[in-house]
Parts: sequence; C-alpha cells; structure tokens
Amino acid sequence: MALTVSGLGVSYGDLAAVSDADLTVADGEVLALLGPSGCGKSTLLRAVAGLEPATGQVSWDGQDLAGVPVHRRGFGLVFQDGQLFPHRDVAGNVEFGLRMRRERSPERVAEMLSLVGLDGYGARRVTELSGGEQQRVALARALAPSPRLLLLDEPLSALDRALREQLAVDLARVLRATGATALVVTHDHDEAFTLADRVAVMREGRIRQVGTPDAVWQRPVDERTARFLGCGEFVDATVSGGVARCALGSVTVEWERDGDVRLGLRAGALRVAREGVGGTVVWRVRGRDHVRVRVRVAEMVVDAVAGVGDVAEVGDEVCLTLVADGVAVLPPGRADQPSPRP
Amino acid sequence: MARARPGLSPWLGLAAALPLGFLAVFFVWPVVAILRLGVGEGGVLAVLGSGQTWRLVGFTVGQAAASTVLAVLAGLPVAYLLARTSLRGLWFVRVAVLVPFVLPTVVVGLAFRTLLPDGGVFAIVLANAFFNVAVVARTVANLWSHVDGRAGDAARSLGASPLRAFRSVTLPALAPALTSAAAVVFLFCATSFGVVLILGGSRYRTLETEIYLRTVELLDLPGAAALSLVQLAAVVAALTVGALARRRGESALALRGRATVARRPRGALSWTVVAVALGVVALLLVPVVVLVARSFGGGLAGYRALAGFGHAGSLQVSGVDAALNSLRAATDATVLAVLLGVTASVVLVSLSRGRVRRGVVETMDTALMLPLGVSAVTVGFGYLVTLDMLPGDLRTSPALVPLAQALVVTPLVIRMVLPVLRSIDQRLRQAAASLGASPAAVWREVDVPMAGRSLLTAAGFGFVVALGEFGATSFLARPDTATLPVAIARLISRPGELNNQMAYAACTLLIVVTVAAVALVESAGRTRVGEF
Repeated sequence: MALTVSGLGVSYGDLAAVSDADLTVADGEVLALLGPSGCGKSTLLRAVAGLEPATGQVSWDGQDLAGVPVHRRGFGLVFQDGQLFPHRDVAGNVEFGLRMRRERSPERVAEMLSLVGLDGYGARRVTELSGGEQQRVALARALAPSPRLLLLDEPLSALDRALREQLAVDLARVLRATGATALVVTHDHDEAFTLADRVAVMREGRIRQVGTPDAVWQRPVDERTARFLGCGEFVDATVSGGVARCALGSVTVEWERDGDVRLGLRAGALRVAREGVGGTVVWRVRGRDHVRVRVRVAEMVVDAVAGVGDVAEVGDEVCLTLVADGVAVLPPGRADQPSPRP
Repeated sequence: MARARPGLSPWLGLAAALPLGFLAVFFVWPVVAILRLGVGEGGVLAVLGSGQTWRLVGFTVGQAAASTVLAVLAGLPVAYLLARTSLRGLWFVRVAVLVPFVLPTVVVGLAFRTLLPDGGVFAIVLANAFFNVAVVARTVANLWSHVDGRAGDAARSLGASPLRAFRSVTLPALAPALTSAAAVVFLFCATSFGVVLILGGSRYRTLETEIYLRTVELLDLPGAAALSLVQLAAVVAALTVGALARRRGESALALRGRATVARRPRGALSWTVVAVALGVVALLLVPVVVLVARSFGGGLAGYRALAGFGHAGSLQVSGVDAALNSLRAATDATVLAVLLGVTASVVLVSLSRGRVRRGVVETMDTALMLPLGVSAVTVGFGYLVTLDMLPGDLRTSPALVPLAQALVVTPLVIRMVLPVLRSIDQRLRQAAASLGASPAAVWREVDVPMAGRSLLTAAGFGFVVALGEFGATSFLARPDTATLPVAIARLISRPGELNNQMAYAACTLLIVVTVAAVALVESAGRTRVGEF
C-alpha cells in the first residue's frame, strides 16, 4: 500500500474533527473522500499533507511520516480556489515545484500546460484567468514535480455546474494518463464517482463506508449514508432469486443475496407506467424533461417520475413501477429514523 | 505520535528577542528609571492628590476628546468619498488627506499660529484634529470599501430613508474601524506635544507639555514621574480599547468578501456628503498653503538665510547643516525601524499562524505600540539617566537621536506591515510548502513578494515621520546636531524677522519632502496603508 492512514484523529480543543480514521490508497489508485460539508474530510486530507497536528499514524510505503514536514512529503496539493501565486505568471506558477528542487525545465512546464489543455498560456497573468483555467493551472502546478501522492481538496466546487462537469471528466483523464495516486475530497457524488476507483464516505468525523463506487452506491451501510447518497424514502423488502419484492412492487437486484432487506428509493426509483401498484396523484410539478408527481399508495405517499407525455394530473389514478437504477439495498430493520410521510 | 505545531520554529524566540530587547533597553528601562527616580524622591502622592494635577488631566482629556470628535466628524465624509465613490482625481484626495498626518508637529504648530495668532484652546483642538483626519478617513475607508452595500439596499427596500439606512445598517458595520480609529486619534491628541507647546504657550498645558516643563525647567522629577504614571495608565487603557476594536474588526471582516462598491454618487444626499468631504480636504490644504506662501513673503530671503545661523546667531548650526542632520538621523532611524518592525511583524504573524493563544499575540502587539503613547519627554530624559550604564558613550553619541526616532517609527512600521502579512491566505503558503518550499523558502517566495509594497510604504512613511519627530529629538539633539524641526522651534522662539522667514522656508522644505514621499508611496500602487 502506498498511503496508509491508521487511527488518525484531529481535535480542535474539545471538538474532534476526525476520529479514528483508517484508510489505504494503493499505488496508482484514486480514492475519493465523500461527505457532507463539515464532516471532517478536508481536515483528514490536511492531516495527510502534514498541515494539521494529528494523533495516529500516516505512513508511505511503510515509512511513518510523523517527523516529515509538509515540504519533504512530496505530496501535491490542489485547493478549491486554486491559490495560485498572484505575483507570478502561469509558467512561473507551474515551474514553482521544479524550482524548489533547483530544476529548470521549460519542456516540463509546457508538457504540463498541454496536459491540462492550456497550451501557450505560460506568459498569462494568473489574475486574468477564469475560475476553470485557474483550477487547471493549479493542477498543472501540483503535477509538475511528479508528486508521489496528489491531494485534491474540493477541486471543482468553486466552479459553475457546466464547467464542473466538463472539468471532472478532464481531471479523470489527467489522473488516468499520469497514473497518479490521489486522494480527492468532495461533497459531490457525481464528482466522486467520476474520479475515483474507490470511495470513502465520511460523516461526523468518522469514515462510515469504503468501497468501489458501485458498491457504495448500490449498498449503503446504513440509512443516513443512503440519505446522503440521495435516497429519500425507505421500504422493507424481501429478496429472493435476485428480485426484491416490497409494497411498491418488485425490482431486479441480481447482486443481492436472498433475505430481508430495506430498499432506499432515489428520485427516479418509481416511474408512472401502464402497470404496477396503483395510486392517486396528489401533487405535480413540471421538470425540464420529466414530470415529478407525488402519489398516495395505500397508506403511503411517495414521489415518482412521469414522462412529459404521460397524463398525470392531480386526482388521476396511476400505476407505479420500480426502476433498478434508482434503488439502493440496505441491511434490514435498521430504521434509525422513522420513514417520512408514513 | 505528537507532532510539533506547524510553523513554529525555535528561531522565532530568537527573532522575538530583537524587537522586545530593543523595547526593553531603549524604552522600558529608561521609562522605569525615570519613574523610580521620581517616586524615590517622594511627593508623588502629593502631586496625585493636588487639584492642579487633575485640572491638567481634565484639560488633556477634554482637548483630546474634542479633537477626536472633530477628526471623526471631518474624517467620515472623506472616508465615504474614498471608499464608495468613483470620482476622478481621488488619488489627489488620498495624498492631500495623508500629508497632514506626517507633517512635522512644529510645522503644523507654526501654521496654526500664523492662521490664528491668538492661539488658545480652539487652535489646539483644530490643529490636533487636522493631524488626525487621515487616521479616521483611511481606517474607516478601508473597512467601508469591504462592506456589502446590499444590506443597506435591503434596508431601503424595507422603507428606511437613506439616513436611517446609514444609521441602522452601515454605521454599526463601520463601528469596529470607527472605534479603533477614535482610540488611536485620542491617543495621539492626548500625548501631542509640539502643537500644544507652540499654540498653548504657558497658558494651556497638557500632561505631556507639563512633564516637559517640570523636567526641563523646574527639575521637579517627582511631579514629572507622577504625571507620567497618570499618562501611562491612560495610554494603556486607550491601546486596550483599540486592540479590542481591532479584534472585532478582523472577525467582522472575515465574514465579507471584497465587493466592488465604488460608484458615482447618486442623489442629493450623496452629493452633499461629497461636497462636505471636498470642503474638508480644502480646509486641510489651507495651513499648508499659508505656510508656503509666507515662506516667499520676503522673496527668497528665508531660503537664502538657511545657509546661515539665523538672526544674531540664534542657531549653532546652519539651516543647511540642520537639514543634513535631519536626513542622516531619519535615514538611520528608518533602517533600524524597518528592521525592528519587520522582525516584530514576522514574529507576531508566525505566532498567530502557529495557533498560539490569541492573548499572547495581542499582549505583545500592544506592548510594541506603547512607545506611541508614552511621553517622548519621559523617554528622552530616561535615556540621559540610564544609557551611560551601557558600554560605549551612547549618551553623548549622535546615535541617540536615530535610536529615539526608531522607537517612535517602529510601531508605525508594524501597523503597516502586519495587516498585510495577516491577510495572506494561509493556503497559498501551504500550496508553496506542498510544492517543496521549506519554511524559509515560503517566506522568500510568498510573503516577501506580496508584502514588499507595504514594506516600501512603511519605509516611506517611517522616513517622513522620523524627519518630523520633535518630542524626543528636541530633548536629545545637542545644539550642534540639531535637526530641522528642532531648529525651527528654536527660530520661532527667538525674535527677529529673519528668523521667521527662515522658519517658514525650513517648514516649506519639510513639506516638500513630505509631499514627495507621500505621493511616491501613493503612486507605488493602490496599497492599503496599514491600519492608520
């Protein structure tokens, strides 16, 4: 394992920002630390960088980094808002890490700028760049000295949505192309799943679940993790032969073993269809390419999605069917919060 | 696994020893020696109990309060002009407001004596306020240009009149800067020396001039010591108020981003405020213009006289030599003050970055500000008592004047450099460290380039303040090493028309140097001039 974090804790006075965190990142792997704001994920990343006094152990290839200061760790760092040196031009920023090692390599600078899609930007002033361009320069600057680990702290959060999606794809490409080992902190699932080989979900200073994006997305460990990952409603179900059956119908979950489970339902988990469980529309709102409806089914009220062409006015009787992509499977009976709108 | 606090190195203690050691040897020791000398002779309690002492305190506080109120009233419209409007020629307003602050006190005293020959309380209050309009205008403008105007807009949309919106939304937001500025101005006015000495004569005396008179003319050390004690207590109180206001100011600033708030004034109220502000600026120019005009009253006679020793040998050095003495002393003082001030700022900012308890940092910060408020006379006399105990004949050395001037200038350097260092984003430094920059390299690559401009500004201002320093210099400069301000004070205390013309010419020289330095600093870029 390249990076090993064990029993790591960071406290500010009485407040434990991070408690007992264990993590590993393999060589060439990208791990995303995913969690709501204030969950301690940035603090954990800063402790790995050597910027926060911490208890526990951070080691690289088995070597304890306790006495190693930030500038000798060889860990590159990218902040949410670039933090470019305002008194240097783009090339001056990118070559900074090389200069600290007394190397001069205009070729390397040009190569890095090309990698992030900013060919010929070397002489620009950083204050003239857009937010997206600044982030690209920050990435090139961090990658130029070939860090053994890249630490990215909410690298895309300061950008607007369209730019964020574009840059997430570019960032994923750059990370793959350079074979970088990286730890990415984010509160955005899309971003985490786009960038990462594995995802660690954090909440209230603790790591709650670690796994591949598919595993975390499809099988959250508990209801609060599932809520953070977009599940709004939960129903009890029984799996048999790869099919889960519940009060709202049945859905294919091939990867699940037989037994009792709870299903977490995301926004698109229920669709208005020709057949399925019947209910009455009680509320309706038009979305961009779909219609969202709220439907009373027996003693429950659930949200569902209808096509724009589907007739689903308030008061209409409709049928609902479960969609596999919108369903997460949780362990049974762990209702740590009462289901909403029973 | 316990890790050291990032950013705290053992070198820090060594670095802290430099400014604190200087403060101990050249400030605390002389002051304490004088106080002990006075207390030792007894009679301190008698002075503290006498009605005359408390009448002095009353007058000192009263004139300082009146001057502060006047400076705040005159400074607020100018702050609005600087922070919230985008009129052309604002750079001229910036320079015009700043020049009085760094003008030598002797020059200002002479200017107001020329304008108001009857002198009196009115002239003293006016002159003290004249000095300090810049402090209010620039401190408040600094905060005001960060205040989001939309809160005021919201109040307006809820039915508040422009005046009501200002009173209930904008004014509370400005309160930290206003309190901080008022505390500093009060401090300057309460300890103002040259102005009161020249305008008050023997009729109107403050604690500061009384300490001078008792020490120099009456040799009443217990009296002077008792009054110094009273003054010290008042100064510490004012500095504490200022520090508390700064703390609130910083936390308030942290909540807001930089907003582009300057626009063309709109509506009758805005234009009225702008007109008032321009009126204030015009009034600030009057004393300066009068002095310069007077200097040409006898043609160039005053300037020609600078080569000589004044009417009937009033001076022991020629005007030109006095000017050269001034330049030499001010240069030495500036170099020393920049060295000390920068070291102190680096220590203070490293301590706060290293998450040392806030109280420790603030105590050190306040201690370094103390020389601003303690009677220069007390310090000067203290030098004469203590410094012959040090190796080398420092007491009679010409190095004494720059040392005393550096003591006054160092706090100014700190107040200009420290805020800029504090405003550098920690993450920018961390980004540099993650790229392999050692702590020393982070300073070299990040802090120095970013604070460099404010350092130049501090050096520029430090130089003109040292050039104009009068209180301690008048006490320490020997007749043959007199500086220009000391020579001016001597010239106007002697009869003879030639002496007056020569004094006006010397004042004009000082004004020219001051204006040039301020204009240079202003044109070096739109830097924030610290917290003053």
